[in-house]
Amino acid sequence: MALSREQIAQRVAQELKDGYYVNLGIGIPTLVANFIPDDIEVMLQSENGLLGMGQFPTEDEIDADLINAGKQTVTMAAGASIFDSAESFAMIRGGHVDLTVLGAFEVDVNGNIASYMIPGKLIKGMGGAMDLVAGADNIIVTMTHASKHGVSKLLSNCTLPLTGKGCIKKVLTDLAFIEIRDGKFHLLERAPGVSVEEIIKLTDGELVVSGEIAEMKL
Amino acid sequence: MAGFDKVVASYAEAMAGLTDNMTVIAGGFGLCGIAENLISEIKRKGTKGLTLVSNNCGVDDFGLGVLLPNRQIKKIIASYVGENAEFERQMMAGELEVELTPQGTLAEKMRAGGAGIPAFFTATGVGTPVAEGKEVRSFNGRDYILEEAIVGDFAIVKAWKADRYGNLVFRKTARNFNPLAATAGKITVVEVEEIVEVGELDPDQIHTPGIYVNRVIQGSFEKRIEQRTTRPADPLIAKGA
Repeated sequence: MALSREQIAQRVAQELKDGYYVNLGIGIPTLVANFIPDDIEVMLQSENGLLGMGQFPTEDEIDADLINAGKQTVTMAAGASIFDSAESFAMIRGGHVDLTVLGAFEVDVNGNIASYMIPGKLIKGMGGAMDLVAGADNIIVTMTHASKHGVSKLLSNCTLPLTGKGCIKKVLTDLAFIEIRDGKFHLLERAPGVSVEEIIKLTDGELVVSGEIAEMKL
Repeated sequence: MAGFDKVVASYAEAMAGLTDNMTVIAGGFGLCGIAENLISEIKRKGTKGLTLVSNNCGVDDFGLGVLLPNRQIKKIIASYVGENAEFERQMMAGELEVELTPQGTLAEKMRAGGAGIPAFFTATGVGTPVAEGKEVRSFNGRDYILEEAIVGDFAIVKAWKADRYGNLVFRKTARNFNPLAATAGKITVVEVEEIVEVGELDPDQIHTPGIYVNRVIQGSFEKRIEQRTTRPADPLIAKGA
């Protein structure tokens, strides 16, 4: 069975380590916050200028001056700090964020990512995504493995305009956990009940499958 | 003698000197920390041909979006746009020029503009459409593109508190681009929730020193929320326990 959005987030959360500063993008990445293990401390960075993002506010706690990068009302966790946008991106571009999780339309075997623009359709912009992929060393891309029509999103070459070049090393899809290295995809894990053959069929770029591929543990 | 007193009495006075085809840098992220009343004043004045530099462009009836129906904006430099139908229509019709700029690059362009740095190199955007036509240089084996700073004829800023000298304090994430915009305007206009007397703000707690600020006005704000997300109240707290 392909993973649900929540299950993708759940598997990503297993990559969190104690003491990590983490930036979560909009969509599935945001859900990762719901699966942070109880026995570790993680601080969430929101690029509009908040380190130490807390949970959503109660109706009484809502504050129009306190939002996250998705423009949602939030709260601050204990130990939070507030700063301006240049400071926020100094953290990101300076490589101080330990893990970035973001979505994409396509990734390819050379670690290129396309996530912000579909020519001919409405172009809304890259927001902070280009800064995040250029600045972070440790990035996990979350997305569905293929489109609803079965068209692979893991390609030999991205077809859409790039968000970043040669910057992606890990991809977690609804079918598989994949590492990108040496110009190839490497299959690390498969979703429970999903066969290696299914993953091969839906992966357009070269996929290396070595030895027995374990199922993800959720 | 006004000395360092930056306080002005009216919004007309606050935006005096803004004329057609000027560049305006605006603070704010989404609808958070935007200079609501200064934007309304630009709408009222009817100034046209503006180049706006702002992370976003508001929504249909609020924020910078209110400048769209009368075609006051010629060009916008932003990282994320299109939260409103009129924006989309004007962009698709080629009536509005849009220069998409990565959010960190946009912030740095303002910071550099305010600090007298004409351009800077960044890895952000290398190998993407953002890099087109820009100088690429390699440092320590990695490619970077040259991005130019931005200075505005005007900057419109929203702060929480100011003293009469224009020292500013921002509140929570309404800070965002505001301190950067404040440094990068030839004329920086700030509207605040409260003006206090000189000496009332703790110098250690001032986010933007008054040297960057030309005009200060006190306003009242709607503070519209874009995404109202909540969690249920804790039942114990709800009962007053």
